[in-house]
Formats: sequence, structure tokens, C-alpha cells
Amino acid sequence: MDPVTALLVTVVTAATPLLFAAVGELVVERSGVLNLGVEGMMLAGAVTGFAVTLTTGSGTIGIIAAAFAGAAMALVFGFLTLTLLANQVATGLALTIFGVGLSALVGSGFVGTPLPRLPRLVLPGLTDLPVVGPLLFGHDVLVYMAVLLTLAVAWFLARSRAGMILRAVGENHEAAHGLGYPVIRIRYLAVLFGGLAAGLGGAFLSLAYTPMWIEQMTAGRGWIALALVVFAAWRPLRVLVGAYLFGGVTILQLHAQGLGLFAVPSQVLSMLPYLATIVVLVVISVGPWKGRLQAPACLGRPFHPTH
Amino acid sequence: MVRLEPRAAISRKMRWLTPLLAVALTVLTGAVLFAAMGYDPIRALRAFFVDPLTSRYGLAELGVKATPLILIATGLAVGFRAGVWNIGAEGQLTLGALAGGSVALLFWNQEGWWILPLMGIAGVAGGMAWAAIPAFLKARFDVNEILVSLMLTYVGLLLLSALIYGPLKSPEGFGFPESRMFSESALLPGILAGTRLNLGMPITVLVVLVVWFLLARTLFGFQVTVIGQAPAAARFAGFSQKAMIWTSLLLGGGLAGLAGLFEVAGPIGQIVPTISPGYGFTAIIVAFLGRLHPFGIVLAGLLVALSYLGGENAQITVGMPQAVTGVFQGMLLFFLLAADVLVRYRLRFGSPAPVRS
Repeated sequence: MDPVTALLVTVVTAATPLLFAAVGELVVERSGVLNLGVEGMMLAGAVTGFAVTLTTGSGTIGIIAAAFAGAAMALVFGFLTLTLLANQVATGLALTIFGVGLSALVGSGFVGTPLPRLPRLVLPGLTDLPVVGPLLFGHDVLVYMAVLLTLAVAWFLARSRAGMILRAVGENHEAAHGLGYPVIRIRYLAVLFGGLAAGLGGAFLSLAYTPMWIEQMTAGRGWIALALVVFAAWRPLRVLVGAYLFGGVTILQLHAQGLGLFAVPSQVLSMLPYLATIVVLVVISVGPWKGRLQAPACLGRPFHPTH
Repeated sequence: MVRLEPRAAISRKMRWLTPLLAVALTVLTGAVLFAAMGYDPIRALRAFFVDPLTSRYGLAELGVKATPLILIATGLAVGFRAGVWNIGAEGQLTLGALAGGSVALLFWNQEGWWILPLMGIAGVAGGMAWAAIPAFLKARFDVNEILVSLMLTYVGLLLLSALIYGPLKSPEGFGFPESRMFSESALLPGILAGTRLNLGMPITVLVVLVVWFLLARTLFGFQVTVIGQAPAAARFAGFSQKAMIWTSLLLGGGLAGLAGLFEVAGPIGQIVPTISPGYGFTAIIVAFLGRLHPFGIVLAGLLVALSYLGGENAQITVGMPQAVTGVFQGMLLFFLLAADVLVRYRLRFGSPAPVRS
């Protein structure tokens, strides 16, 4: 594999956890709920995926368990904000603080334990093609799942009846309720989907990207995913582009560190993904496209049916 | 079937009862958790919540840990009341420690009464500078302050790492990533012999009183409440939303910076790669648990400080992983948010009353 292709392949792996988390959160936000606990749910997924894969020896069971762990965390969030009408911002923060602590507690016995990387898909012939081969065909199953999930969400929101109802709930929950749609139930499902996707993103980190368990190994990716949703103006296909752009930034700074290209400390280069997030947030709020940045109208607003 | 029925007015009684309920539920769940982890729950709970308080030194350590939490939470509470979500206090704390600590290192071989005040000013300025970035972006371009302040926390921690492995590293430190020890003039004087309690605590008490006065007795406090509760009414009254964004972020950042300086000039005594065990994030819990009220925050800060002490103690005596502390803190906030439903709603059992039409 030539160096450029190798570089592009790593961009894909760096983008995958962001894509999972962001596309999950996008669905949550389109239903009118703001869950700031993505980081906590990703960590829950990462540690669960790792622990289950290690004990069962099966990556598949590990991935499924990670998705469930993310969804379980999301259920706590849903119960607090949707049933008990707690403040969504505060509850999301609590979910992250709780996820950091819980994952560290569960994972304390696994720190430093190695785990074989998830197997890569090898298609004889196709994988050997120059450039295109390793880029398109040499990844593990989660990489493809992330892209397929995003495409499925794009189709679901734009084309399916259920997706339109979900959007209606996010834009005007009073009207949706008036039409007889179960607002709270729909939001529960969206929140659970968000948790599931975040859990998968976490599993990718601990099973394929690193692959091992390190405390707080998400390193802010959950928050970057939240920024990506804003960046993408709540559109799934733009999330896909955004995640790959951010994956690129992450990988470029890593390679720049490795090659010693710039005469700056490695930590300064490590700041780039976080600084890029801020720059992106600023750019999308100042340009002529500002007016088209429409957040779902009911985002973050609690709903309590009075009758 | 349980239903929620909105109360006509917020229940003041419940506002102060729910934190107690949340603490009780956390302790109870903690006991179950300890038992599930294979520890004797009674012994573990005692190691966590009682043993640290049985000595003079332990009580003083409670003050040492509570000081930064209370200081940061007091500043954050003003913003939270006004609907400004600064969650980057950890980064602001780091910058305050770096700025104030750098002053100490600049005068490392000098003595003088003026060094500490100068460090204090630098610490506050460092925290404020870091908080000014989200303030500017929010006030000028309406960029989400939650994400910006949080991203800057990661940047701040990396900056600390870059500096401590670089220019701030002690030339006599055998290559360890630590600064020189601060001179005597750059250390906060102790206030209780044989303990680590220092001048930072009385200053924090003073700050709490000043912020309470500002919130309860001045037009500023009224503006905070109106902007937070009824933004439209605030605009109508001519209260500036932008001024509030700037004020609350600078106040929160400045106090977080001061808390960071108090850490390096107090218990630590030099700049090290890890200055805070997450005080900036935990202070968010403290602010909510204290009902965003300065006096409530003092009580909440002492309680949450106990969870740090208890975690350390349980690690030493029962061999429990330190991460239990974070789990406790997260659970506490969950239970508080859940119990808060009782402030605004009444629980009604039975089927709903027929709808009148």
C-alpha cells in the first residue's frame, strides 16, 4: 500500500466513531431532543464492547452489547427528560459525568489488556486493487455499518412516513400531539437510537481503532459529534462529509506529529481537531448561509401533554 | 398509573427537600452498588462517608477539596441562572493555574509580599481570557457556548501539557514534567497548623458572600433572573443579553482561574501535568445541587468534596477503584434532576380525571 492510500485508509477509521455518534444525535435532535450525553454513551459502549468481546471472544457479541449499553444510558436520559421533564442540558451533562465514572469503574480491570483487532473484510481480488482496494474493501464491518446507517437515516428522514412524523414532532410537538401522534414515545425511540449509535461509535474505538480500553478514550469525540450535527445543519449526508473532514484533520495532525513536520510541540498539533471544531462553528454562524441553518424548532423544549 | 400534575406555583419546600432526597437515594444506590461489587456495603459506606470526617486533618481536607468546588460553582451558578452554559470551567481553571503559576516562576528566586497578589490577578485574568473566547463568539456570532467552552478545555489541558514538558519544566527537575517549587512568597499562607487549609478558603467565603449580595440585593441579580426566566421580558425591559453573556462568562472564568491558582499556590505548590481531578466539571454538579444559590452551593460543595475524600479513603482501606467517586457524583446529579420533578409537579396516583370540555 502506498503512503497516500494508507493515509486515506486511516482517515476512514478516524471518521467512523464520529459518524456513528453524530448520525445518532442527529436523529435525536430532529425529534426535538438535545442529548449532550453523547460522550458518556460512547464511553459506555467502548467499555462494554471491550469487556464483552474479551470475555466471550466474539466481536459480534461485543458490538451488540456495546449498542445495548449505549441505549441503556440513553434510556436513563429519556426517562429523566421525557417522563420526568428534567432539564435536557443538565441531564445530558450528568449522563457524560456518569458515563466517564461508570466506564472507568467497569474498565478498571481491563486497562492495558490487549485484544485482537476486529477482523478486516478481505475480498480476494477486490482488496488487492491499487488504491481503491484498501480504501473501499479492506475495512472492518463497523466502518461499512456507519456509512450504511447514515444513508438509511437520510432515506428515513427524507422519504419515509415515520421519518416525516419524527420531523413533525421535532418541529412542532403541540401540533403533532394534536394530530394524535405519540410525541413522547417517538422521542423515546429517537433517544434510544441515538444511544445505540453512540454505543457503536464507542465500540469502534475500543475494538478497532485502538484496540484496547483506556479511561476516557473518547477524548471529546462525543462533543465533536455534537458540533458536527450543527455543522451539518441537521442533514445526514452533510454529517457524512463532516465526519470524514474531521477524520482527516485528526489523521493529518497525527502524521504531522510522527514526521516532525512542524517545529511545534506535539500537543499543539493535538489541539487541531478541537480548534477546527470551534472554527467550523464560527464559520457556519457568520456566512451568507447563516439563515438556512435551521435547528428543529422544538429542540430542547420539554413536552408535557396537558390533555 | 402515576401522572404528573403541574403545580400552580413552584414548591419552595420541595426545592430544598429534593437535594436531601437525592443524597439519600445516592447513598442507598451506592450501598447496592458496593454489595454488587462484592464489598461489605456497611463497611464501604462508612469508609466513604464517615471515616474521612473523624479526624481534624480529615475535616481540614474537606475544606481543601471544597474550596475550588465552591469557588467555581458560585461563578457558574450566575451563568446558569441567566441561561449561559459555561461548561468549560476545567479549562479556565487550567489557564488560571498556568497564568498565576507562571508569575510565581518568573519571580522564583525573589521574596516579597507583592508576589501573591500579582499571582491572584494573573490567575483571574487567565481564567477570564479563556472564558472570553466563548463569550465573544456567543455575543458576536451566536456560537454555542457549550461546545466552544468545552473544546477549549481540551485545548487548555494540551497547552498545560505542552508548557510543562517545555518552557515551564524545572531545570533542576531531572527531566520530570514538573515546574520549580514555588518560593515561600508565592505560596498561600496556611490558616490551621498541621493541615493544608490555606488563605484560599476565607477568600472563597468572601466571594460567596459578595456573589450572594450581587444576586439577592442588586439590579444585576434581578437582571440575571429575568434574562434566565423570561428572555422576552428582559428585552422589553432593556436588559442587555450580550452584556449578561460577557459578565457571566467572565465571572465564571475568573473564579475558575482563581480556583486553579489556589490549587498550584496551595496544596500543590508547583505546576504539574494534572492540576485538578475534574473540579471544573464536578462544580457543575455542585452548582445544581446547591440550587444555584451561593449558600446552597457551600453545603453542596462540602458534600461533593466528601465524595472525593471518601473515594480516596475507600481506595486505601477497602481497595475500591477511585472511579467510584465519579459514579457517585453522576448518580447524585441524576437523582437530583429526577427528584426535581416534585418541585414543579405533583404526583397523582390513579386514572386521569375526566377532561372537561
